Amino acid sequence: MKDIITLKDIAVSFDGETILDGLNLSIRDGEFVTLLGPSGCGKTTTLRIIAGFVTPDRGDVFFGDQRVNNVPAHKRHVNTIFQRYALFPHMNVFENVAFGMRVQKKGKDEIKKTVEEMLALVNLKGYEKRHVSTLSGGQQQRVAIARALANKPTVLLLDEPLAALDLKLRKEMQVELKNIQKSLGITFIYVTHDQEEALTMSDTVVVMDHGRIQQIGTPMDIYNEPQNAFVADFIGESNIFDGVMREDRVVEYFGKIIPCVDSGFAKDELVDVVIRPEDVELVAPEKGQLCGTVTSLIFKGVHYEMNVEACGFSWLVHSTKMEPVGTEVGICVDPENIQIMRKQEAVCHDE
Amino acid sequence: MKKLGSVLRGLYIALIFVFLYAPVALMIVLSFNETRSAYHWEGFSFWKYEALFNNDTIMEALVSTVVLGLCAAAIATVIGILVCIGMMAMSKRMQGVVTTTANIPLLNADIVTGIALMLFFAAVVGRMSNVTLLISHVTLVLPYVVLNVSSKLRQFDMSIYHAALDLGASPAKAFFKVVLPDIFPGVLAGFLLALTISFDDFTITYFTKGQGLNTLSTMIYTNRIRGILPEYYALSALMFVAILSLILIVQIINMRSAPAVKKTERDMQK
Amino acid sequence: MTNKKNTLLAGPYLIWAVGFIVLPLFMIVYYAFTDKQNRFTFDNIVAAVSDPANLKALGMTLLLAALATAICLVLAYPLALCLTKLRLKRKNSIIFLFILPMWMNFMLQMVAINVIVEDNGVLNSLLTALGLPTVHIANTFGAILLGMVYDYFPFMLLPIFNNVSCLDKDLINASHDLGANGISTFFKVTLPLTLPGVVSGITMVFMPAISDFAIAEMLGGGKIMLIGNVVEQSFNKGQYHQGSGLALLLMVFVLVSSFITDKDGEGEGGTLLP
Repeated sequence: MKDIITLKDIAVSFDGETILDGLNLSIRDGEFVTLLGPSGCGKTTTLRIIAGFVTPDRGDVFFGDQRVNNVPAHKRHVNTIFQRYALFPHMNVFENVAFGMRVQKKGKDEIKKTVEEMLALVNLKGYEKRHVSTLSGGQQQRVAIARALANKPTVLLLDEPLAALDLKLRKEMQVELKNIQKSLGITFIYVTHDQEEALTMSDTVVVMDHGRIQQIGTPMDIYNEPQNAFVADFIGESNIFDGVMREDRVVEYFGKIIPCVDSGFAKDELVDVVIRPEDVELVAPEKGQLCGTVTSLIFKGVHYEMNVEACGFSWLVHSTKMEPVGTEVGICVDPENIQIMRKQEAVCHDE
Repeated sequence: MKKLGSVLRGLYIALIFVFLYAPVALMIVLSFNETRSAYHWEGFSFWKYEALFNNDTIMEALVSTVVLGLCAAAIATVIGILVCIGMMAMSKRMQGVVTTTANIPLLNADIVTGIALMLFFAAVVGRMSNVTLLISHVTLVLPYVVLNVSSKLRQFDMSIYHAALDLGASPAKAFFKVVLPDIFPGVLAGFLLALTISFDDFTITYFTKGQGLNTLSTMIYTNRIRGILPEYYALSALMFVAILSLILIVQIINMRSAPAVKKTERDMQK
Repeated sequence: MTNKKNTLLAGPYLIWAVGFIVLPLFMIVYYAFTDKQNRFTFDNIVAAVSDPANLKALGMTLLLAALATAICLVLAYPLALCLTKLRLKRKNSIIFLFILPMWMNFMLQMVAINVIVEDNGVLNSLLTALGLPTVHIANTFGAILLGMVYDYFPFMLLPIFNNVSCLDKDLINASHDLGANGISTFFKVTLPLTLPGVVSGITMVFMPAISDFAIAEMLGGGKIMLIGNVVEQSFNKGQYHQGSGLALLLMVFVLVSSFITDKDGEGEGGTLLP
């Protein structure tokens, strides 16, 4: 698969505030790519640069091999689904979906045929004459999708499209969007701050923070092998604390020497140790690598969530077995489940 | 391309700006001009200001204008606040009726409002007086107060008022301690707007004023045959400064209105 | 505050509104349909629309008002677009600058315009200094038109600016995104969506313009008669019944068109201050 969009060394700032800082990103044809990050991380700006609404201060945007920095938005073959849909309030559903084709002066019959096709695709058959203000949030969302797809874009940009919907509808739309993407085979670039949404839908997840890309990978990679403490913390819940690499495959934390599987660090290098709460095993106190006391217990449905105070650190533990508050427990972690990360400053320094 | 666009836009903005400010700027500059009527600069002087303060006709008209405006704005503000609170308790339909009647003088031609009031007063009290003028001005400015106060009151979070009641304040106390401080910017804006509308009015004053009394507007109108008096330059300059400061005050109060809310919340907790 | 008893607080206002808004309007209706002997008649209304002098004044008024409205619109719409394109943090402050001259006393504004357009006024001094021929504007149609445009311009600018600046930027982006260039975006999206502001601006300029008599008197030197001047002079001459006939027609026209274009009941007053 070839790269359909490439961003090279993009930098943007508004009113002196840096939004994007040296961003490099390639997107392959047919991929479902998610830009994931907390608000203000620059993900929406990245999307708007691709759409052509924002001109970067520095860097280049390529569609295939063509540099498109100076190509205005209306000449770019990408279409956007806006966060609040941006449906034209003075037009009905049909006119909204037909807008792009009308501008391109397509024939009447073709327009009619395509609009019908698109509305069928998003399950809104028969809504042509409805005014957009009479539609529910979910229906407006569907019109927005139909309108963007009616232009037959090669890339569809989606800016937090589901943020305004309630949880149940959001889940339904997630599946539907994924199906639409698969059946059309076009590239989706999807912006969200919802990590679960990102993990469920994407082929590739781009985790961003402070205008920089923190990690690019498949959802599995991102979750299981976070590259730094930010990613580990942002994706799912984690226990993150300081450790020291004593030698390859041996880490020391809280004064204990613990086996792990990571190597390639300097001797005695200060590192971040990341352990997922479901990877912490609670055992009898004498069998544990560390000893602690259960300080809280919450029933979460699928599992119990416990806090274990051990060596001055409060461990978050997910387990299907319950330990009452006050119980002395041992903490054990499988070497495979200990993630060792270079300190974040060091990561930036390396770049 | 983009640069050219923004230069053209700036140029256009500047052009309209000059068009709007040229007359007033000119009056201010000429107010310091030594000569009486020629439009070339003959040296700096304050004599037009002296003449203005020594001109009894203009000074009387100025005082009448200010007193009339203050009285009309004050009365309209009180009536306006009351009706806005009253409206909160009304059904949507009644509210519609009230706002529609409130809007009539706003939408109607001034000349019609003025004539209607004149015919009415002629039928009821026989002749125009200072009282008929004041009543007419209150009628004229009331809608502006109602619009400003009611829009502010609609934004008011009623749960804050209910919290005050919940904490033991009487409805009246809750209104003065919690609601009024919050809607105060709207009230003040309404008052000052009423003041400026009253100052600015010509038509309604013209039809409803009594013999012998003049506001600035009717004074200038009545003396139009005499041409442009030197005092007018000084008067324009002073009026512009006065209006500018008045409106700046409203702006500043509006900007500070947010912290004022927090302060009242603190006061309630004491 | 939603206590039903509070409705009583609206009392003073309601009394005021009935006494000084509604009743006086009925006075006009009464005078319009009666003669000096208080007998019912249609003569005043018939005379209002058949007197050739009135018709001439009406023609002049409509022409002036339409021209003033059109000029205001042509000047204000691009200005509103330009102002919203400025990347400023406090957009309200900039519009405030353009509204400020409106607060200057109306009569003093008229005086200032006279200072400019007088035959030996500032404009002609400037033209002479530049070696250009002088123009005669004072006491003409042109002076009245200038006065109206100057006086009513903010009323056109404000509703349009409010409308344009509230327009969701993403709607414009969406239009570009779907392939529309600047021009078709303007005609297909921006203009239709700001039409309410335009309509309200037109109403707010046209209505005062057709009922004006003071601008015409101050800048036209009493040479040009508008409908407003006809009405004013009837009352000055004590012809209350004839004057009321004309005033009634004016009122019906103004109120009906205002209520049609101002459906949501929000008058201009709330928006006068930024």
